[in-house]
Amino acid sequence: MFFQTLITGIAIGGIYALMAVGYSLVFSILNFSNFAHGVVIMLGAYIGYYACDWFGAPVLVSMVGAMLGTAIIAVLIEKLAYRPLRLKRAVPLYFMISAMGAAIFLENLVYVTVGAHFFSYPEFLQQSVQIAHSNIGLLDIGALSLSAVAITGLTIFLSKAKLGVAIRAAARDMTVLGTLGVNIDMLLAVVFSIAGLFAGMAGVFLGIKYLVYPTMGWITNKAYIAAVIGGIGSLPGSVVGGIVLGIVESFVSVYVSTSLRDVFSFTFLIVLLLFRPSGLFGKTLEEKV
Amino acid sequence: MGYVIGVIILSAVQAIATTGLALFTGFTGQFSLGHAAFMALGAYTAAILTHFYGVSFLFAIIAGAMVATASSFVIGVPTLKAKLRSDYFAIATLGFGEAVRVLLENLDITQGARGLPGIARLTDLPVALVALAVTAWLARDYIRSRYGWRAVAVREDAIAAEMIGVNVFRTKLTSLACSAALCGVAGALLAHYLMFIQPAMFTGVQSTALITAVVAGGIGSLTGPILAAAAFVMLPEFLRLANMWRLVIYGLMLILIMVFRPAGLMGYREFSLRPVLRLWQRFHGTRTTSAS
Repeated sequence: MFFQTLITGIAIGGIYALMAVGYSLVFSILNFSNFAHGVVIMLGAYIGYYACDWFGAPVLVSMVGAMLGTAIIAVLIEKLAYRPLRLKRAVPLYFMISAMGAAIFLENLVYVTVGAHFFSYPEFLQQSVQIAHSNIGLLDIGALSLSAVAITGLTIFLSKAKLGVAIRAAARDMTVLGTLGVNIDMLLAVVFSIAGLFAGMAGVFLGIKYLVYPTMGWITNKAYIAAVIGGIGSLPGSVVGGIVLGIVESFVSVYVSTSLRDVFSFTFLIVLLLFRPSGLFGKTLEEKV
Repeated sequence: MGYVIGVIILSAVQAIATTGLALFTGFTGQFSLGHAAFMALGAYTAAILTHFYGVSFLFAIIAGAMVATASSFVIGVPTLKAKLRSDYFAIATLGFGEAVRVLLENLDITQGARGLPGIARLTDLPVALVALAVTAWLARDYIRSRYGWRAVAVREDAIAAEMIGVNVFRTKLTSLACSAALCGVAGALLAHYLMFIQPAMFTGVQSTALITAVVAGGIGSLTGPILAAAAFVMLPEFLRLANMWRLVIYGLMLILIMVFRPAGLMGYREFSLRPVLRLWQRFHGTRTTSAS
């Protein structure tokens, strides 16, 4: 039972990690919480679903389609909701409010247009394998591996590719980077499209694993919690945070109570923040004057 | 007529809760996404006391406010002590809101997700309006006092405030406690008007409505959020909008306000009749220039 719980926890943790990474990426550059990330994940699930439903595309192709779609949506959100604030040098609070606004707007737009029906993806990797007396879904293995590949790819990109180096430089000091002649608008478009790609992948996985519905975006509260646990702004931290959160949730669901699972996750977050305010891997976030 | 009175009562109740949040977000600068939880706690406490234990309305309201305030320490002390930056704090409040809702759904005494029906209708128009008046008066006193002075200092520049001796933690916690108390009162009044409450009424949607009203009304204003809260209750009624479109518009409003007029409706000012008076005087010839 213990091992099964652990495996289940790691499986969902992989998806949390995927969500947390996209969110952390934006945070490390623009220094604010992209509350709209959740809704982009939800849209990814929907786009993937419609790709399967209308065009009969195989699930993996739909996932690629969803990822491209969410990348575009993420860039649009940046251009329309964040860029004006960035040009006015607004405080992070305003960015958060704008992000919240984008999230509420898009989520409810889906609600009123598409409706609140739950959609489900066609059968895909629903079988499970037996490893050491525990059942592991093939889908979970697939999700975990793909997450690992994606995150590794991102890490390599950030350290080796020229664009990746520019992104890391932007995380340090965006203004100076601008004076060095880097096109910040273009750079941010790239950052947001990467975040969008991750969001699309996570959304499709969530849609396959569970269902597709308008309020899926709120699951990404878990992503935020995962990112905070791991230390916002640290990509490896988000991965660890996601997996830790998945495991904690899994154990709480099995050994304590399923309905109080979210209460426990939240309490875990608070307790962790009491002892390590910057998360597991975050840098100390006290502002310096 | 009963319909109009009902709308006014609901506006007043929302305005009380929004004033509470305005103290915390507008004047202390802390973004909170979970204040509906305080309304829920106030509502349930008051409803349980009057429904099961026959407690008088006034005491039930006070008890509701006290429970809400006590719970604000639960979330406030760890998060504010750790000096969480605004995003972490918002996420923590979001989690808090959800946690409270889940707790209310799982306790026996609250009858869970089915809700608590049969609450006496003790909130009528005079009660609601008097409560709003008292709330506005107390809030104004708070803002004009040292408390408010410290809160604004923390909002504008917490580090500088700390350097001149303002206890940032205590200021924020006090502000949170007061805002929670007001939201608790609003929740108690709401429960005794609707006569039925369930946890699903106090979700992130309600928190969103509160924060949107504060932002739209103006961060740093007291009358702005009150007007905005009333507008948010009344306009959907007048325009007969479906409930869902209401939220689409809130979302869009938040973005548009942030992009075009972050100060909100009232900005840092309060609603005052002086401009109206000036216009009147100009029109009636007692004032010839626009100056003074």
